[in-house]
Amino acid sequence: MSDRTKILLLLTPALSIIILLFFGGLFIGLLRSFNYMPIIGLTEPNLNAYFSVFKSKEFYYSFILSFHIAFTSTIISATLAIGAALLLRRNFIGKSIINFLFQLNLTVPHLVGAIGILYLFSQSGSFARLAAEWGMITRTAEFPALVFDPYAIGIILQYVWKEIPFIGVIVLANMQSLGEDYESVARSLGANKWQAFRYVLLPLIFPGVLSASVIVFAFTFGAYEIPAMLGANYPAALPVLAYRKYTDVDLAARPEAMAMAIVIAILSAVMIFFYLRYTRKRIRG
Amino acid sequence: MIEKPTLLSSSFRFITIAMLITWLILPLVPLAIWSFAKGWFFPLILPKYWSLNAWNYALSDTAGVLESLWLTIFISTTATILSIIIGVPAGRALGMYKFKGKEYVELLILAPTIVPGIAVVLGIHSVFLSIGLTNTIPGVILVHLIPTLPYMVLVMAGIFSNFDPDFEAQARSLGASPFKTFYYITLPSILPGIIVGGLFAFLVSWSQYILTLMIGGGRVLTLPLLLFSFATSGRNDITGAIGMIYILPGIIILILTARHLSGRSAVGGFGRI
Repeated sequence: MSDRTKILLLLTPALSIIILLFFGGLFIGLLRSFNYMPIIGLTEPNLNAYFSVFKSKEFYYSFILSFHIAFTSTIISATLAIGAALLLRRNFIGKSIINFLFQLNLTVPHLVGAIGILYLFSQSGSFARLAAEWGMITRTAEFPALVFDPYAIGIILQYVWKEIPFIGVIVLANMQSLGEDYESVARSLGANKWQAFRYVLLPLIFPGVLSASVIVFAFTFGAYEIPAMLGANYPAALPVLAYRKYTDVDLAARPEAMAMAIVIAILSAVMIFFYLRYTRKRIRG
Repeated sequence: MIEKPTLLSSSFRFITIAMLITWLILPLVPLAIWSFAKGWFFPLILPKYWSLNAWNYALSDTAGVLESLWLTIFISTTATILSIIIGVPAGRALGMYKFKGKEYVELLILAPTIVPGIAVVLGIHSVFLSIGLTNTIPGVILVHLIPTLPYMVLVMAGIFSNFDPDFEAQARSLGASPFKTFYYITLPSILPGIIVGGLFAFLVSWSQYILTLMIGGGRVLTLPLLLFSFATSGRNDITGAIGMIYILPGIIILILTARHLSGRSAVGGFGRI
């Protein structure tokens, strides 16, 4: 058997599944967003769904909200993750237990984190109770709205909680494989600590930070259950809005839901482009 | 040239690490307390009474939590096994061979790990609806392959890139059948990768929400769906107990794989959870 046949045979099952399910799902979504569905007699594709989506204020509010959630969460998580990696890269007493605790929430599903944030930050949550204990508030309504709020603070807190270890573990591995020699050279040539970090270490770890951040951005933009649990009713995050449109009793809203799904897909395609551009490490072979 | 840490800098370091770890553990604390709480109203800092009611309820035969637990285990295990069977050959092709168009194949496999589920699942739903796969367990398992399979392929590609095919050639030249060669030579050397990749694929499936909600249509009630509905109905004590049950496999898997967990390849799977 030639290598070509072998490669083809090895790849066919996996590629068929991914092409059929993933790209098939995207493609059907695209067709339906154009109002094209021969099975139910829709044979004339049009752009009506896109017109009505792009004309509705609700879509722009939702898009801006989701962009704000993704952008803010990614920037805060990446910054704190670099800080955490700097703290954890040296040896210290109890390092293995600290590393374990640092990675613990990587395995905890986002939904559990979202409920935890709800129980911590809601107006009758743990922090509100502490505020009452210290006499800062007397009624629950006096505690600032940090969940179901228009600025999506609860959602962002959840993502920051979950993504610090995600980016942090990648950056930490990156720093440990680089070692500290480059910084030592910079220090011996007279750079101060900040300069050694800013001009030597940061450029070296930046590609890793960026590719992890791209994954986080795409995820936080498109995830459903976290804004569904912690978000305000209006405006809702874009994935929540798309889900609501799709499950609306009015079936005519489905193409609009599909159009929103396509918007999310296009944004992730842009993210994949950046990911490939900044990911140095490829599969060897 | 690393200077000795001063007392000030080492206590700063200690305090910031303590704050970081506290923040990472903190959201799990009220969930754990709620599962043992009774009558924990505002502004009580700790519950007035402690009770096992929520746990008794969650572990009783009538509540449906156990049923949902077995269902979730079944779905995630099946999705994992399928991902291993389909993903290992593809990982071998990507890890051991150079071929034309390889970067495009990599791109096809990478895409589902970045594109959010909501973007593809609406289209899949309208197809599954017409072939009768919506509201079914097989439909949910199939759709779980979208996030689990790429991850398995990428892990196995990494494993196979360090695998030396000469061992197989030697076994074959000594008269071993292809099956024996696979069983005695290939499998033992890729088994650690299959186990770690499989455990992570399990966790990826375990944490799926929107794919199950859309394709299962609320009929295939996995643990996260049950957890969501208890959380929004205000039963905090039962939510706490289900939440604790739900995070247990992940913590066990982390303990089992902690020494393998470094760098991008390991964390890639957890990131989607």
